[in-house]
Amino acid sequence: MSSKVEDIAGREDVILAGIGVKMYFSLARSIGEILTRKSKVVKAVDGVNIFVEKGKVTCLVGESGCGKTTLGKVIVGLYRPTEGSIYYRPSEDLSKVLMDAGVPYIESKGGPMFDISRIKGRALKMLRREIQIVFQDPYGSLNPRMAIKDILEEPLIIHGYRDEKERLEMVVKALEDVKLTPPEEFLYRYPFQLSGGQRQRVNIARSIILGPRLVVADEPVSMLDVSIRAEILKLMLDLKEQKNLTYVFITHDLAVANIICDYVNVMYLGRVVEHGPTDEILMKPKHPYTQALIAAVPTPDPRGRWKIKEVPIIGEVPSALVIPPGCRFHPRCPYAMDICRREDPPYFEVGYKHYSACWLNKEETGR
Amino acid sequence: MALLEVRNLKTYFYTLRGVVRAVDGVSFTLEKGETIGIVGESGSGKSTLGFSLLRLVPPPGRITDGSIILDGVDILKLSEERMRKEIRWKRISMVFQSALNALNPVKRIGDQIADAIMAHEDVSKKEALERAAELLKAVGIDPRRISNYPHEFSGGMKQRAVIAMALALEPDVVIADEPTTALDVVVQAQILNLFKKLRNEKKMSIILITHDLSLVAEIADKAAIMYAGRIVEIGPSDRIYTAPAHPYTKGLMASIPRIGGSKELSWIPGSPPDLRSPPPGCRFHPRCPYAMDICRREDPPYFTIDRDQLSACWLHKEGVGKI
Repeated sequence: MSSKVEDIAGREDVILAGIGVKMYFSLARSIGEILTRKSKVVKAVDGVNIFVEKGKVTCLVGESGCGKTTLGKVIVGLYRPTEGSIYYRPSEDLSKVLMDAGVPYIESKGGPMFDISRIKGRALKMLRREIQIVFQDPYGSLNPRMAIKDILEEPLIIHGYRDEKERLEMVVKALEDVKLTPPEEFLYRYPFQLSGGQRQRVNIARSIILGPRLVVADEPVSMLDVSIRAEILKLMLDLKEQKNLTYVFITHDLAVANIICDYVNVMYLGRVVEHGPTDEILMKPKHPYTQALIAAVPTPDPRGRWKIKEVPIIGEVPSALVIPPGCRFHPRCPYAMDICRREDPPYFEVGYKHYSACWLNKEETGR
Repeated sequence: MALLEVRNLKTYFYTLRGVVRAVDGVSFTLEKGETIGIVGESGSGKSTLGFSLLRLVPPPGRITDGSIILDGVDILKLSEERMRKEIRWKRISMVFQSALNALNPVKRIGDQIADAIMAHEDVSKKEALERAAELLKAVGIDPRRISNYPHEFSGGMKQRAVIAMALALEPDVVIADEPTTALDVVVQAQILNLFKKLRNEKKMSIILITHDLSLVAEIADKAAIMYAGRIVEIGPSDRIYTAPAHPYTKGLMASIPRIGGSKELSWIPGSPPDLRSPPPGCRFHPRCPYAMDICRREDPPYFTIDRDQLSACWLHKEGVGKI
């Protein structure tokens, strides 16, 4: 897929688009490194283009260290990207505010899309109402010394809801939305009195209480038992319908992606290596990395238990400090060719809305 | 005779707020070279069961009843001294959950493995280190990294190092408590392959404790489903996966997300009971879609469904396997 800003202009259905997003982190250097002017930079996100369709669930999938969480944080504005832009199509009210604040924008078919990657101050605060995040760890992301009511009330106070009664009503409503009923029973409980699943519901309630339009969910079920994952996923899907939400869903689990996602972006070492509609990606994966990820998912069928499972790729994700030249996947790729060591592959169209960044896909479209 | 036989094991925690019956009458057997998967949600007592088999239950927990018979010897009757010298690590060892924290961060990997060897065998440090290097090689780590510290290892390598440590004395039984939860799928598959190799080549018996049924299917010959401190269903994995009998097992099976499978979501409503005061009768009845009168009053015994497949559910009383 080409990565031009102009591509956004024609797409009314896109609520958020990241173009050429790079997020680098500098590490502490030793004296020697400072003197020799060597830089030590972790390229967590290294040139990502991503389109998020309104009302859909867009997944970021990959192993730890692939940059999926960092990209999520860039999208919600917790990190300011080193390079690139995040274009967002705000609600009409916010659109005026951003326009007045002089935030750069591009015209598109459905109205202006603003580059939110560098905004600050009041505009950023206003934006936060519309873009929210659910964190991964249901144990670490809730303040253990705050009651559930206080946890949920905090964003309301920050965003200027002065009327205490109105706030309480909103908190109760949010608890009902996430099916923590009766809400009265949960208001004055503390996080330690809740199960993992219940805590994650509180996390979700906190993310929707301000009425956002886009929610980034960072591995919301990875720390929960398999038996309650489905329940949380169903809740998220229901909320999406009720409240017209759009999700960016971050996960390492392709089986979870299969259930909840409309589009999948497979990330490897700071790049999206393959993206497309979920069924296309899972049924007809084209990139060797995606194929390996799918092969590695455990299957609930005991007949294969004597066999050593063939996982075509070796080793683990290399450090994002030293990105391999050419295709960054080539050191682990079973099909690596000469060109892979030299040149970074562009995206090849391999199916309906389906793109893969692999030299193998240059000639053939189905391997 | 089975290599390991656990009979009616009970481990209770005597807390200030009541007695927690974490393991409450668990029985199973394990043959040499066999792998059993113990599956349950958090709080089902599966980890406590693992610690009980090593007699490492932290206070205020205590094994209150039952027997753990290893090769004809009830290890619950041994003195702590003999347990430490002859059984723990030498005959039964454990791969702890969250390997990422199971290693001492200020000690070299090789030294940590060598320590385990020297604690049990009269060998020199040099010999112990040589064996440690071999063990690392066996689990797929370059033996030259023996003098690395844990922080120099990736997550998957740490997990392998912890497995190497568990294998240090070539035990008969290895207990693996959620050995792959913190790992990525690719690394998880590699670790499972490692366990398979050990089982196939060394005839090791493995007890795999996990909440993930699909993981158990990948390796286990037998599966035991735990709920609220009890095994509710046990049997050959072929049976458990193709013809689960207990409503809880069925619920768990239906809740596994699969690639290429249905996108319909299903789950078991509610959450596991507080083990201080489990519900009367069958412990699963408050969440069970088929709960009957008798379930609220009486604890179900095991009914034989098929050869070695047992299920503790009143539904089987009338007709076997009829749900």
